[in-house]
Amino acid sequence: MPKTLVQEFTKGLWEELPPFRLVLGLCPVLGVTTSMENGLGMGIATTFVLFGSNFLVSLLRSIIPQKVRIACFIIIIASFVTIVELLMQAYTYPLYLKLGVFIPLIVVNCIVLGRAEAFAYKNKVLYSMADGLGIGIGYTLALGALGAVRELLGNGSVTVWGDLSYNLSSAFPSFQPFSFMVQAPGAFICLGLMLCFINAIGD
Amino acid sequence: MGYFELIIACIFVNNILLAQFLGNCPFLGTSKKMETAVGMGMAVIFVLVLAGTITWVIYTFILVKFGLVYLRTIAFIVVIASLVQFVEMFLKKSIPALYAGLGIFLPLITTNCAVMGVCVLNIDKEFTFLQALVASFFYAVGFALALILFAGLRERILLARVPKPLQDTSIALITAGMISLAFFAFQGMV
Repeated sequence: MPKTLVQEFTKGLWEELPPFRLVLGLCPVLGVTTSMENGLGMGIATTFVLFGSNFLVSLLRSIIPQKVRIACFIIIIASFVTIVELLMQAYTYPLYLKLGVFIPLIVVNCIVLGRAEAFAYKNKVLYSMADGLGIGIGYTLALGALGAVRELLGNGSVTVWGDLSYNLSSAFPSFQPFSFMVQAPGAFICLGLMLCFINAIGD
Repeated sequence: MGYFELIIACIFVNNILLAQFLGNCPFLGTSKKMETAVGMGMAVIFVLVLAGTITWVIYTFILVKFGLVYLRTIAFIVVIASLVQFVEMFLKKSIPALYAGLGIFLPLITTNCAVMGVCVLNIDKEFTFLQALVASFFYAVGFALALILFAGLRERILLARVPKPLQDTSIALITAGMISLAFFAFQGMV
């Protein structure tokens, strides 16, 4: 049954929510979510690449030969990643430094290549754009949520772009920051528990 | 930094999987069986040493020299993708036994972010050629070590009774967290 544009968009927000439903693109999920701000920044950068590459792949799908399609996808994705890299260097340099190696690594993020191969190469331009945007926003929300949980438990407060902040110790005065959560092992365990939670309410 | 410190840092302290979070998709994907984990580990060592040194040479002698540093991402991914293809064809012709052993894991390496990540890290840390070579090899050894340890644990988990929502990836991630905690103890050694 063909889906409507809205359905293609919203499936990325729950049904196929990237790191949880499709277990893909885990490296940035674990690597950059030491704070909510980093998570959201990474998510927005990935969304831009996903949207752009889905649009272009879908537009060129009748020209790209079947046999070399993966190579073509990778070149298209790499071009968008370079655009993001240069834009971030120009406008959000501190965030670019914090995300570091993970920005060029959007090229090898399985979600982006996966959507190009599984969706954009087979569907019309508008639908591919809706799909890319939906999956991207879902990914951003997931990264933001994981970042928020880790930052809240690890530092005791959440700060996003300097102004919007929430301090846990105002609600629970005896709370002690749990710095394990913002370090490497906490990433795996926190993501594992969130996945368990999503599985439990999804069924 | 001396070479000994560099080696310890690459294998344990900055372990590519457990401390830097690169290459987690194959980490979770190929660790269900010991055999596949060993195959993937070997394939990564093989490709990473080649990719790490070749991208270093291309970056230093072509991109920097002609002022094309902004093309780094595109250049590296093209180099890695074609290198993997070339290695595949070369092994198929000349060492069929090794080719059969690595099997499906060779093409998968193109999208393994550990490979691309180490190439970028070598440049970011301003390594010399020899340092880049050593770092690439020992990062890959660290990858293989963590993957094989993890596969051993996952084979045991298959026999355990795990609550339903925790099954499969969820419990795997928590186990990975425990191994990461063990590797975390190396922090501060170098």
